[in-house]
Amino acid sequence: MSSATLSEDGTTIAPRARRWHIAVFLLPAFIVYTAVMILPLIETLRLSLFNTVDGHSTFVGFSNFGVLFGDARWAHDFWNALKNNTIFFAIHMLIQNPLGIALAAMLSIPNLRLAPFYRTAIFLPTLLSFVIVGFIWKLILSPIWGITPFFMDLVGLKSFFSPWLGKPGSALIAVSLISVWQNVGIPMMLIYAALLNIPDEVIEAAECDGITGWSQFWKIKLPLILPAIGMVSILTFVGNFNAFDLVYTVQGALAGPDGATDILGTLLYRTFFGFQLQLGDRSMGATIATVMFLIILAGVSLYLFIIQRRIRRYQF
Amino acid sequence: MSKARISPVRSGFVHLALVAYTIIALFPVVLTIVNSFKDKNAIFRSPLTLPTGSSFSTVGYETVLKQGDFISYFQNSLIVTVVSIFFALLFGAMAAFALSEYRFRGNTLMGLYLAIGIMIPIRLGTVAILQGMVAAGLVNTLTALILVYTAQGLPLAIFILSEFMRTVSDDLKNAGRIDGLSEYAIFFRLVLPLVRPAMATVAVFTMIPIWNDLWFPLILAPGEATKTVTLGSQVFIGQFVTNWNAVLAALSLAIFPVLILYVIFSRQLIRGITAGAVK
Repeated sequence: MSSATLSEDGTTIAPRARRWHIAVFLLPAFIVYTAVMILPLIETLRLSLFNTVDGHSTFVGFSNFGVLFGDARWAHDFWNALKNNTIFFAIHMLIQNPLGIALAAMLSIPNLRLAPFYRTAIFLPTLLSFVIVGFIWKLILSPIWGITPFFMDLVGLKSFFSPWLGKPGSALIAVSLISVWQNVGIPMMLIYAALLNIPDEVIEAAECDGITGWSQFWKIKLPLILPAIGMVSILTFVGNFNAFDLVYTVQGALAGPDGATDILGTLLYRTFFGFQLQLGDRSMGATIATVMFLIILAGVSLYLFIIQRRIRRYQF
Repeated sequence: MSKARISPVRSGFVHLALVAYTIIALFPVVLTIVNSFKDKNAIFRSPLTLPTGSSFSTVGYETVLKQGDFISYFQNSLIVTVVSIFFALLFGAMAAFALSEYRFRGNTLMGLYLAIGIMIPIRLGTVAILQGMVAAGLVNTLTALILVYTAQGLPLAIFILSEFMRTVSDDLKNAGRIDGLSEYAIFFRLVLPLVRPAMATVAVFTMIPIWNDLWFPLILAPGEATKTVTLGSQVFIGQFVTNWNAVLAALSLAIFPVLILYVIFSRQLIRGITAGAVK
């Protein structure tokens, strides 16, 4: 029986009937990827339309989303997390990426001495885990150790010090800046690579026309690295709306103080896995994951279909 | 050409800015390592000095090695990372070879399907992944983590490797075919050795997020026997919050392997990023 189906399939791939190796090459990756990544993703999307009614899993349409967006308790947490996540992303876009571009621009100056050393050193934090980074900064910002007040005293700003991570007004900004400190290496490297790819002739031509220094960067280099900046932005977007580890390490699963640093990742964790007195709720967890999926999908689509096509690419 | 490029004053400012940021990037790491070798008084009284004869102490490391099972955490992380990378590279290279070498119906579609995972994070499927692992009895096993990380690493591996495999000369492969090599032999004996540099790049890109991940160990394998180093140090430090010696020592222990690997491989890593990442 099985040999019959084999030959039948074999003949459909004609003219060359012995191309089984293509399937052999593709199958392991296809199976693992589908079983562990794609099917769970689809199953999660499906679960968001179900909820437990009288102990049975029942199809409830979009009512989970109604609860998430409308129910007083859920909606408060959800909109708070979404707002915080948006601020988290905005701080990365406003500080991390411009800083990365500036560092890359300086590093790519030809014949700059010590450039490999700077590059290696500035990229180091990116390799450390969120757990290490989170705890190190928790210690440094801690009023008990007094490192930060000591430095602020040196520049006469000691009176401005406060336990930023513990205050609702400043905790989110502090956590975002820690994340910027860690991740600035990624935009720096990608932009640096893009700057190195600009051919010398283009720069020389600009110099012949008297465009040097600052205006050369704005008028010649920046337009040429726009595709790389676009890519960095979408990587930042996906990374930020899927972030969890740093907030969990620094502020715990409750993302304190008083939910001030709660982002979608920590909300998802608490909701579906449960935390302390809160029981895990699979359906609502799947609902939050679905919302995150839609946000990321919207961002990626916007990038792929609109931004990436508008950006002019230059072939050298 | 580059002689008159930059004035000494400007280059002075550039160096000043870069040195300043380098200090910002390195200071927290250096501070942690330096203070992990001091006794408690010195940590608080003079955090910015190097350990001297009287303040030198390894009490933090002794506590960590006695209390936490860091050797087993390291072992778990190492097993998970190495095995996941092995399978992601092997399966990824095989699929990349099929996609770049053969023309068959559905080739483009398969390529797009396998590329979805580059942009959509696998974390979003966690609810169902956990459910599936519970059903398969794989919770609290390293196998669960290896499966997840292999799937997570595959899309990027396939994407980068198929770009490189397109550059392998057709003449070489056809010569192999004329000599009677099977397609498998062509892949394993001709193509794989030629894309070894690309494999190294992919291995590094895949390794960092796996080694550093907290989410999946926390959810799929939080048991004592399967804790990875990231989760292990997270839990350990959480318990020893007030023991500063132990916390600093645990942090340093988690930093050292990354630091050593980075010092050895930073050249290849940076070359890999700057060569392959932006197309």
